[in-house]
Amino acid sequence: MSPEGNPARADHRQIVRLVERRAKVLDLGCGDGDLLALLAREREATGFGVEISAAAVRTCLERGLGAVQGDVAETVAEYPDGSFDTVILSHTLQELADPARVLDDMLRVGRDAIVSFPNFGHVAIRLSYVLRGRMPKSRVLPFEWYNTPNVHLMTVLDFEQFCAGRGIEILDRVYLGGPFGRVPAALANLLAETAVFRLRRHRARGSYS
Amino acid sequence: MSSPDPGRTSPAVCAAPRSGGVGLVETLSLELPDGLELEGGARLAPITVAYETYGRLAPDRRNAVLICHALSGDAHAAGLHAAEDRCAGWFDDFIGPGRAFDTDRWFVICSNVLGGCKGTTGPASIDPRTGLPYGLSFPVVTLRDMVAAQRRLVAHLGIDRLLAVAGGSMGGMQALRWAVDHPDAVASCLAIATAGRQSPRAIAFHEIGRQAIQADPAWRKGDYYVGPAPDAGLSVARMVGHITYLSEEAMQAKFGRRLQDKAEFGYELATDFEVESYLRHQGDAFTRRFDANSYLYITKAIDYFDLGRGARSLAAALARARASFLLMSFSSDWLYPTAHSRELLRALLLNGQDASFCEIDSAAGHDAFLLEHERMAPVIRGFLERVHRRWTGGGDGGEGDGEGGESLAQRRRGAEGEGSG
Repeated sequence: MSPEGNPARADHRQIVRLVERRAKVLDLGCGDGDLLALLAREREATGFGVEISAAAVRTCLERGLGAVQGDVAETVAEYPDGSFDTVILSHTLQELADPARVLDDMLRVGRDAIVSFPNFGHVAIRLSYVLRGRMPKSRVLPFEWYNTPNVHLMTVLDFEQFCAGRGIEILDRVYLGGPFGRVPAALANLLAETAVFRLRRHRARGSYS
Repeated sequence: MSSPDPGRTSPAVCAAPRSGGVGLVETLSLELPDGLELEGGARLAPITVAYETYGRLAPDRRNAVLICHALSGDAHAAGLHAAEDRCAGWFDDFIGPGRAFDTDRWFVICSNVLGGCKGTTGPASIDPRTGLPYGLSFPVVTLRDMVAAQRRLVAHLGIDRLLAVAGGSMGGMQALRWAVDHPDAVASCLAIATAGRQSPRAIAFHEIGRQAIQADPAWRKGDYYVGPAPDAGLSVARMVGHITYLSEEAMQAKFGRRLQDKAEFGYELATDFEVESYLRHQGDAFTRRFDANSYLYITKAIDYFDLGRGARSLAAALARARASFLLMSFSSDWLYPTAHSRELLRALLLNGQDASFCEIDSAAGHDAFLLEHERMAPVIRGFLERVHRRWTGGGDGGEGDGEGGESLAQRRRGAEGEGSG
């Protein structure tokens, strides 16, 4: 499926824009390698994917992409400091048991990091819970309460506050919201379905830059 | 009830010829009159290296792939020696047009290891100083020595740098050795169902095999080439080895507790179970094609293998390599379990080296590396194309030749645009 056709993958297009030409990238939770292939094609990026699914890793390798089968949190911890230009975590942060640790490793391993996640502050999600009294579901959060992989959902504001409190500098932010396309920053927490952030360790505190 | 031949699908028996392979091939020989200085200090000369090749070397010589065989393998990796052969080469499922190692794309080489008994110099070869077989006067060889002999062969074929060195089990250890010992001569390393060092458990199983051979009165301290060979000992060694190549699940599925040619227990000390009959058959068949002294020397070489030895760590040893790595393991392999591949992976990642890894889910145990070609082939093909594309100037992850070319053009434009500042 093309990234455009899949709402959960609309962030791929934005991520590509945020990656430098010929960057060396590490894509955590890379799936079949769609984003890596897109980055190779449009940014001449080289790099690796990390993916827990054996079948998905085989698909990446079959497509001529570098890939490592393994748990995202465990594997990113194995890479040395500054070994990639950009470390990407697309729609996976909310599935991690320890997102803070993984973000720390991403900012250690990469010069910068790009994170995208579904915004749990989106108006439809708020209304779903408040008015219907049901666990929210949406195009980007299609799961039922009993089968969702999402254990750490957050809003745009939650994430920004988290970054501020941990010395993480937000270099770029892109908010994507359904039929409106890009969403202005002022309304992001209410209207963004998906948020994409480019991050780096604050210079003042940065021991890795 | 017994199945007709439980070993028929096992690689230990043979790879049945399939259509569309490399066809008729022959084993060639390279003579190295000056031999080699061995890791153990001795000089072995002269040395003969038996080898086969499939496919054609490209004019730019960037398409050569060396396949390294495992303990009981030989140079005959693919195709048939005669049209009526019932067995194809040991890796035939993986080598041929359109197969994992595509002979329409790559020039594939396989040679018998030093110390072997299938054409390359080993303990059964004639010692020119005495005119008699070496026997135990053959010097102990290591995987480093085997690789050094292969290096001479590859140079003889006019190849400075291999696109890939690939192998499973002991073959994977050789591939790793190649990448570390000859970093400029290897663009990629496919280390399959293997480890960075031989584990104590694996050494222990080898030692049982060696003791079985040496306890056979016919062994006569290796001096048996004029009389009967120590077939009983070698057969037991093979039986033990074979158990380590199978998974519990595979043995359950293949044999269960079925009895061989009888409906009831015999209440006698003879073969009752199908698994016993299978192992005996495997052991017997092995004595007809393998030399007991070679078994001693090659298992010893594997046991000595420890990539990190002489370096500060496994990672420090691997840091010398400049190859791209593909590691593959199999979920039910308990001889070289996934944890061993992950140890290698961790070391490579720590060094920031180009390493890919996947575990294939398989019930076939260690033998899976010879059997799971359907799932391995696309991975191997994709990896080799990536390495070749990078070596010959293309980009990453292109999904067709056109894209690779475009990517290169883009890169050039990009370099100009940014003024390489």
